[in-house]
Amino acid sequence: MLAKPVPDTTGQERLGPDFRVDRAASPAVVNANDDYALEAALKLRETAGEGSVTLLAMAPATAPDTLRKALAMGADSGVLVTDDALAGSDTLSTARVLAAALGKLDYDMVLAGADTSDGGTGTIGAGIAALLGLPYLSYAARIVPGGGRVRVHRISPTGFDVLDSPLPALIVATQALGEPRYPSLKGIMAARSKTIQVWSLADLGLDPATVGGATSTTRVLRTQAPPPRAATRVVRGPADAAAAELVTFLAERRLI
Amino acid sequence: MAGIVVVGEVGGDGHLARISAEVATLARSLGSAAGVAVRGLVVAADPAIAAAELARYLPNVESVAAPELADHVPAQRIATEAVRVAADADYLVLGASPDGRDGAGIVSVLLGWGVLANATGVTWEDGGPVVEMSVFGGRLDTWSGFAAGKGIVTVRPNVVDATEQGSVGRVTTAAGDGRELVPTVRIVERVAESTGAAPIEEARIIVSGGRGVGGPDGFRIVEELAEALGGAVGATRAAVDAGWIPYAQQIGQTGKIVKPALYVALGISGAIQHKVGMQTAGTIVAVNRDPDAPIADFADLVVIGDLFEIVPAVVGALRARSA
Repeated sequence: MLAKPVPDTTGQERLGPDFRVDRAASPAVVNANDDYALEAALKLRETAGEGSVTLLAMAPATAPDTLRKALAMGADSGVLVTDDALAGSDTLSTARVLAAALGKLDYDMVLAGADTSDGGTGTIGAGIAALLGLPYLSYAARIVPGGGRVRVHRISPTGFDVLDSPLPALIVATQALGEPRYPSLKGIMAARSKTIQVWSLADLGLDPATVGGATSTTRVLRTQAPPPRAATRVVRGPADAAAAELVTFLAERRLI
Repeated sequence: MAGIVVVGEVGGDGHLARISAEVATLARSLGSAAGVAVRGLVVAADPAIAAAELARYLPNVESVAAPELADHVPAQRIATEAVRVAADADYLVLGASPDGRDGAGIVSVLLGWGVLANATGVTWEDGGPVVEMSVFGGRLDTWSGFAAGKGIVTVRPNVVDATEQGSVGRVTTAAGDGRELVPTVRIVERVAESTGAAPIEEARIIVSGGRGVGGPDGFRIVEELAEALGGAVGATRAAVDAGWIPYAQQIGQTGKIVKPALYVALGISGAIQHKVGMQTAGTIVAVNRDPDAPIADFADLVVIGDLFEIVPAVVGALRARSA
């Protein structure tokens, strides 16, 4: 289960001088979409009555605090890949590192969130699957494993497609899988004694010269706060008069 | 031949997805700014119609028939063909749709090319594309380029208006690459829950309902206004969680990110989780009882009052206007 600590969307992100996120200085939470993947993983474990859920994150060394909440929700253990050389990683580098980490783990299924609230590229899962030669099943609204295979309802523009694939496979979760649970007090207590292994690039057998910020295929040239929207026009009064004003406003903007 | 390749997307009806016409229009303007060739690629079980449609926007389109896509997820096969044509290209451009994102992610690692995703604008500067993106839930705009002169860009819907070129381009049929570079995934059944409406991300006008519409019956009023405006229906997470409307229509942090010309928010407070999905809309109009709701701070126009009185009056006024 891939979990990414992201800057808290209700907080204030900080950018470093290279325009990349200063993750050490930004308050972090586990990416909201990853919570759906975790919830799905926990339900699968409960339904099966066996198995374990391992968190895998690539993040700064401060991340264990963030991962504890996911462990409190019920994940069994965590793996944190952290290395100074990974600062400024692009999506390609991130996919390579996570794929290398998965290469050291045993799994039937890799679950990922649809995208992250910071960069929001939404391409890492597909990249990892392609690197590992795993079947890739995205936008899952339902996951039903059985007999060494899995059926996934993939959301389509008009409903859903039922996908069928052998396991192991990489599955991208959506909110349609169900509301993430809250950590119980018992879960929070138990999380304290759960293991988070910390792996460096050397542990993964990766050369720092081949991944991380030094190899980034993309670079941020400039940033700017979006221009503020114009002042809000407030309309009050009887429904008919308010409706007429609204319709006139839309007509003036050539929207109707 | 170096240049830019537009990877076209085919809808369930066999026609070119609207997002692909927009992407082609954008790529064409990049190509003329850069002085490089722009080609199209369409891979589908039956690509003929969509390839001909893409040729209205681009001078050359390669059409690859892949019969297995009748019952397989398209991204993997499209990625295989994109890798093949990328041998003669510098940049691949796709729509930032579910299939476009999946394809971009696969192609990225197969080629070792970087991805700049969910572009809200692309220009050509200093010999390469400069991609504008909105990050951190819309609180920061960034402009990025590729380090090595090669890359993949996915473009959000409604970034440009699709504009056909003066003449119709040439469609070339190609056999394609039969290799399976990544495992294919079989579709055993397609289940339709709604009537083939256009994806909400592509809608020019969206009318959305939140907790304030009160229930599934309240959504009828949302639908009526959407119909009167010729728009699509959206919703907040609260409305989806309550089971009033399917998840596919959810707009916000864990739903869709949209950029319509007009966004009408009915009974929506405008919490950050929803705001990040719609704040770049051209015009935002809200109807809300609470004058202190966050949406009143960023809407262009807010009507303070009971939506069950105001919306029918708006529908009436719109109908009277078009009568």
